[in-house]
Amino acid sequence: MIKKRVSRLLPICYYIGIVIVGLGIIQYIPLITALIYKEWDIACNFIISSSIALILGGTIILRCGKYRSQKLGWGEGMVVAAGSWFVGMIFCALPYYMSGNYLSYLDCCFDVMSGFTTTGLVLIQDLDHISNGINMWRHLLTFVGGQGMVVLALTFLVKGTNGAYKMYVGEAKDERLMPNAVSTARYIWLISLIYLGIGTIVMWIAGIMAGLSVDRALFQGLWVFMSAWSTGGFAPMSQSVLYYHSSFYEVVTMVFFIIGSFNFALHYAVLTGRRRELVRNIETVSFSVTVTVLTLITTLGLLRLNVYPDAVALFRKGFYQLISGHTTTGFMTIYAKQFYLEWGDVALFSMIIAMMIGASACSTAGGFKGLRVGIIFNAFKKDVKRMVLPESMVSVQKIHHIKDIILEDNVARSALLIVAAYIMTFIFGTLMGMLCGYPFGISAFESASVTGNVGLSIGLTQVSMPAVMKVTYIVIMWLARLEFMSILALGVYFITKVKKRCQRL
Amino acid sequence: MSKIITTIVILIMCLNPMTAFAAGTEVTSNDLIDKAAEYDGCEVVYAGEIIGDIMARGDYTWINVSDGSNAIGVWVKSSNLQGIDTAGRYNMRGDTVRITGIFYRACAEHGGDLDIHATKIELTENGYAITHTVDPVKVVLSILLLAGAMTCIVIMFKKRKVKKLL
Repeated sequence: MIKKRVSRLLPICYYIGIVIVGLGIIQYIPLITALIYKEWDIACNFIISSSIALILGGTIILRCGKYRSQKLGWGEGMVVAAGSWFVGMIFCALPYYMSGNYLSYLDCCFDVMSGFTTTGLVLIQDLDHISNGINMWRHLLTFVGGQGMVVLALTFLVKGTNGAYKMYVGEAKDERLMPNAVSTARYIWLISLIYLGIGTIVMWIAGIMAGLSVDRALFQGLWVFMSAWSTGGFAPMSQSVLYYHSSFYEVVTMVFFIIGSFNFALHYAVLTGRRRELVRNIETVSFSVTVTVLTLITTLGLLRLNVYPDAVALFRKGFYQLISGHTTTGFMTIYAKQFYLEWGDVALFSMIIAMMIGASACSTAGGFKGLRVGIIFNAFKKDVKRMVLPESMVSVQKIHHIKDIILEDNVARSALLIVAAYIMTFIFGTLMGMLCGYPFGISAFESASVTGNVGLSIGLTQVSMPAVMKVTYIVIMWLARLEFMSILALGVYFITKVKKRCQRL
Repeated sequence: MSKIITTIVILIMCLNPMTAFAAGTEVTSNDLIDKAAEYDGCEVVYAGEIIGDIMARGDYTWINVSDGSNAIGVWVKSSNLQGIDTAGRYNMRGDTVRITGIFYRACAEHGGDLDIHATKIELTENGYAITHTVDPVKVVLSILLLAGAMTCIVIMFKKRKVKKLL
């Protein structure tokens, strides 16, 4: 009997090809923006970049199309997700590079990965004079990254459901809102697009009230909403949200990035009438507790140093940065350097904790997530009960996340493992910063921001930082956003391939 | 003689920090952010390009003025902005202005913003349009690649149709 050789690589390539085509198609949005504003040079850049993506992606699909019915295993699904993000970064950096706003291709890749992972740190030059086309591209990348690049491909370009769930999980989303991954992905996009419509109108009005012209308010409203909803942190102007000098604008962005940081399953529950989920869900409970505690610590830290003159200033500066960090958004209403020059160690410590915790699982946010904090806290409570109470009195520990779930040891263990991975990554980022000559506090703050995919900066992330730091941060952003597993799967896949090659030689 | 010189040098050294924060000191955005506590409440002179938008709020207007390193928010009486109407964008170089005003590290009137309340604003250079030329090679390349991409998409759809028929 002749055993048919099954290729593992070609089905992976097929799905990555689909993602590349998807990224080529969405470049028509900034292209149209550039044409509206008569930015001909920028329009040419998008035509070139989009065409390259379509040709290469199309060729891969044509070459590997016959393997699409082949079943994807967990490993392959993960490799597709991680590989798509890496290849996507290389392709999407092209319009940036051709725009002339960057000093190197590495800087472009940094900004793309920062956008995709909804981090929001930037290395772009002269942000206040960039074209509308490039601004649209930056915010679109963060919007697509927030919902998930693979989710985008599954929504619009994949017909069958073969292997879809594995790719979907590979992108660190594991909630099934619908019976299959493709309809879940479509629902995620539906929720996001409904909010995009509502959010843009609200931000538009806020922009006009702030004194922007009608067309500028519309585009900036769209971009700021995309960024807020995706907990991204990119802003059209270099001063971030401070640029608008408007408390209304700040409050509106705050509302949107808090909503954006919620689990898509929670959105689904609320939209389908289960509003009590908002107060019962372990993630919202955990988020409320950590926000309250950290707000108290930050306020104490800022009051101790008398940083702000009154409660309004404390809210607009202290609370805004804290909630922006906690939801892993990264919008700022202060200058980066003010963190280390004025805030003091207590408030900075609180910010680091907030950025590391992050917001909800299966959302646009980063960090090690409120769900895991809740699970670990409940597991700890369970263990304490076991030690203190007689065995007959110890009941089953339950948590509520959409439905009641019995807290088993393996759930707590996997939550602890992921949190440990985040902490190790944070330590690695801090160490790299210190090795490059930055002080501990600055390195730790920036590392927490990168690991939590936040985007608040204390001033370390600059064009002048060493290339090794840029590469480190790119890898950390990528690792943290996909929650480690798919990138580890990609690493293992390549090591196995290389080993096999070596054995054949 | 050397004693007199030494005394004068010491006097100058002592007076220097005081004069630095005296009325009308020329500052950069980095000075204002790095030494915010020292300049807080002092009159400063800050120059740069107006970027983005001129945001009118009744009798007053917000402008953001960039000196190349950072942009600082300036709160100015709208009536003082006569002749100043160009803000820097992709295709525009904004008006360059020289602002004299009171600097606040955390302005109580504006929710803790680091800003300048301008008492005087001078237009030092008018803004102008920036033309971005299109490289002809880029245009040709765009057309060729676009044709290639369209061909690729047509082939993909045709193959799909053939497969469906089979």
